[in-house]
Amino acid sequence: MADPILSHQALTLSEQLPVLPVLIPFLAAPLIAVIGVRALAWPIAFVASLLSFAASVALMLEVRDGSELLYYLGGWEPPFGIEYRIDAANALVLVLISGISTIVLPFAYQSLRSQVSLKHHTLMYSCFLLVLVGLLGITISGDAFHIFVFLEISSLSTYVLVAMGAERDRRALTAAYDYLINGTIGATFYVIGIGFLYMTTGTLNLGDIADRIADEGANRTVQAAFAFIVVGIGLKVAIYPLHYWLPNAYTHAPTAITVFLAATATKAAVYVLIRFTYSVFVPAFEFVTHTLTFIFIPFALIAMFAASFIAIFQNNFKRMLAYSSIAQIGYMLLGIAYINASGLTGSLVHLVNHGLTKAALFMGVGLLLLHTRNSFYDQIAGFGRRMPITGAVIVVSGLSLIGVPGTVGFISKWQLVQGAFELGYWWLAALILMSSLLAIAYVWKIVETLYLDGENSARLNEPLSMVVPAVILAAACIYFGVDTTFTLGVAQTAAEVLLSGPFTLTGVE
Amino acid sequence: MGWLELICAIILVPLLGVLANWIFAHRPNLRDSLTLVVAIATFALVLTLLSQVGSATLAPMTLIEVLPSVEIAFHVEPLGMMFAVIASGLWILTHIYGVGYMRGNNEKAHARFFACFAVAISAVMALAFSANLFSLFLFYEILTVSTYPLVAHKGTKEAIRGARIYLAILMGTSIALFLTAIVWTNVLAGTVDFTPGGVLAGQVEGILVPILLALFAFGIGKAALMPFHKWLPNAMVAPTPVSALLHAVAVVKAGVFTMLKVGVYIFGIDFLAETNASEWLMWVAAYSLLAASIVAMTKDNLKARLAYSTVSQLSYITLGMALATDMGVIGGGVHIATHAVGKITLFMCAGAIYVATHKTLVSELDGLGRAMPITFTAFLIGALSIIGLPPLAGSWSKFSLMLGAAEADQLIMIGVLMLSSILNVIYLLPIVGRGFFVGEKMAYAEAPVLLWVPPAITAFLCVLVFFFAGHIQTFLMAIVGL
Repeated sequence: MADPILSHQALTLSEQLPVLPVLIPFLAAPLIAVIGVRALAWPIAFVASLLSFAASVALMLEVRDGSELLYYLGGWEPPFGIEYRIDAANALVLVLISGISTIVLPFAYQSLRSQVSLKHHTLMYSCFLLVLVGLLGITISGDAFHIFVFLEISSLSTYVLVAMGAERDRRALTAAYDYLINGTIGATFYVIGIGFLYMTTGTLNLGDIADRIADEGANRTVQAAFAFIVVGIGLKVAIYPLHYWLPNAYTHAPTAITVFLAATATKAAVYVLIRFTYSVFVPAFEFVTHTLTFIFIPFALIAMFAASFIAIFQNNFKRMLAYSSIAQIGYMLLGIAYINASGLTGSLVHLVNHGLTKAALFMGVGLLLLHTRNSFYDQIAGFGRRMPITGAVIVVSGLSLIGVPGTVGFISKWQLVQGAFELGYWWLAALILMSSLLAIAYVWKIVETLYLDGENSARLNEPLSMVVPAVILAAACIYFGVDTTFTLGVAQTAAEVLLSGPFTLTGVE
Repeated sequence: MGWLELICAIILVPLLGVLANWIFAHRPNLRDSLTLVVAIATFALVLTLLSQVGSATLAPMTLIEVLPSVEIAFHVEPLGMMFAVIASGLWILTHIYGVGYMRGNNEKAHARFFACFAVAISAVMALAFSANLFSLFLFYEILTVSTYPLVAHKGTKEAIRGARIYLAILMGTSIALFLTAIVWTNVLAGTVDFTPGGVLAGQVEGILVPILLALFAFGIGKAALMPFHKWLPNAMVAPTPVSALLHAVAVVKAGVFTMLKVGVYIFGIDFLAETNASEWLMWVAAYSLLAASIVAMTKDNLKARLAYSTVSQLSYITLGMALATDMGVIGGGVHIATHAVGKITLFMCAGAIYVATHKTLVSELDGLGRAMPITFTAFLIGALSIIGLPPLAGSWSKFSLMLGAAEADQLIMIGVLMLSSILNVIYLLPIVGRGFFVGEKMAYAEAPVLLWVPPAITAFLCVLVFFFAGHIQTFLMAIVGL
């Protein structure tokens, strides 16, 4: 392995690379607030996000071969200091989060103008960057408590952003409040779990914890810690019975914020869940295996069916997509629970694929909402004919949500079904595909509403700054559905890394 | 030009039709003639490929590897070659007919209609040359999605409902069953490539073989095997050119074509015969073909009757595969060709009748034959071909299928095929009989020239194919290694 980077000894920018994705937006966020000039807020946020994306991509290229990068913050060696650990698994998530943020910001500029009054914009972009920092930090960090800190940074800023929807619809306030309560409970559970781990291992570094659990074996405290962490993170992931906050938050937040959150927030949490179940605790422990098999699989299935079923009967586009997100999280959970390479690959690639798909769909909603007050089906009837590009984006990404071949949704589904067959769970394979039928129902309801209902009337304006990001994402849904060398390739490497065994203090030998 | 480039051209050229319709949406004559040029060019390219390759089977060439061992790849083999020739050739006639129909009937949104049509043809071409199940599935779904706007074209409540059923059944069966079968095959055999002799022999045994076959047979919803046939009658709300080319030739034949390919290149005929895995399918197909014929007899709506007739005829091809004998498969293959020319004639006539008189019911046709003699003569020839009387195309495929049944020692199936021919007589000939011999001559004239020339040509093809059926049969021999 490469030697860990000690930040105080590193002299070149490229050596400092592992900290840059987090550091850049982390510095830019207060900068926006301190400067306090509205005209500068968006440019700074965009540049910071773009640089963070570039740094993430550079990191990805370094760890793509399955290697691991360690970076010791301030030169303090773990287990005392904080370390960043980057391998294929989290590099993929870093690229997703920073990439989505970079493409959402141009979209957000006009979308937020139409939904939130201008006086809030400066601080809102500052908050936006804080969410980005938090999510990237959660993903990159190799320190359990550091993860908690970033989790809180992102959560608190998210509550603010969701509440910004209140200008259009006061219900955003209760949605943000619900999210706050749920999110705080989640964070509390997580921190209790970390407390237990600290009690029994005396350390907070993930590698060190993993080493010690492996040495000492699992005692009750470790098991309790696992339970608390799974529930805590599960709330953030919105695993089925813990999803209560999600539909309201997604529905009532300003649309650009919804795009960002839907494509990234739950994904970062899913990543943390994967890391804890595979790299800190390991499936070699019976209590982990049992949790995966007897808790994750059933709840994933319930999510896939119940949430999809609820989605069919929604009459608000945005809300329907929120329920569909809960169902899609079920697929990711399922892949984690397989404990084989196909499953994990499927889970990770679905994380990215669903991020792209949902972002494109919510952008479609954002475009529709330029011309209507809300996205109830009767309000948007016939809009596919009046806004042809928006309509096309929604159809393409809707097909991807179903999992039609030639789109990214198909790739993840193929992986998950293949993984199920490899395990001999043919019934599970059948259920996965059966649940796709429900997706056909809710997606097609939208297609019919957009194209076949409503009156014929004048064409509506589709601003370029919003259309271009939406089209790029929809195109990505197709491109990565055909050329999978990047997404699937990295996800496969990541799955190998995850299955190769737990973290160690010294990194991969 | 190598054959792979040629195939890519065959797939891409129809898409130029989309472009033409999009750019010149408001210049009907230019737009429609350009599409005609595109259709002719596509057919010419397919013929070039035919002359280059003949009935050889070429090793697959990969364009893109999507997943490990799962690729977008093309190959050429006789069955796909024949299917491509039929679909692209009939596209030219259907386009001419379609222009007449859409104008004569004052339908709206012509440009969108012809553009979607071109996408569908492009998907069919790609499907015909697909070298593995994944590629085939990809284009199968594109075909479903691109034909949806055609079915919903009229935008009426009825059209929306029909289109919804169309999509729900086709996409539902394909994702829930067909895809399961494909992934399962990939896990079992490690490949989904179409390989002469099949890939599953020795990889799976016992009860799992018929189960896997069932996932394929019912998953390929486009083959309209009962009980997943309802989409076809519902798709009849579409304008008649769609019913003629897509729902009598391209889409439904894509279904049975897939069925044959799965039987021949995935399971392998010998493997099916050894394991008897397809025997149940033979019975289901037999039931489907008789039941659909009986339902057809009860339908007064002309297009609905023809639709059920198609369901029945498609089951012939499924039956041919399920017999698991060389002659059965070849008979099924030939039936793709013979049924295509017969049924497209019938649908085109039905459309011509509708444009000229706005009549849709069989019971309203009394005396119309004497007013529209060319249309009704064409209809008669098509009907006789479907029934299987010499000297018309349909007689050969039925003959081969019966031979196949005899080869498989399934004498009951010979009876089923004969009974079905009788049922065909009962539901098809009265239509012509009413037209010519019942009631007074009606005061209508032939439909515009664009509407009766194409069916006259396809009726002529029914006769022509009779004399060349031997060539088609020899051409297809290669797929079973004869």
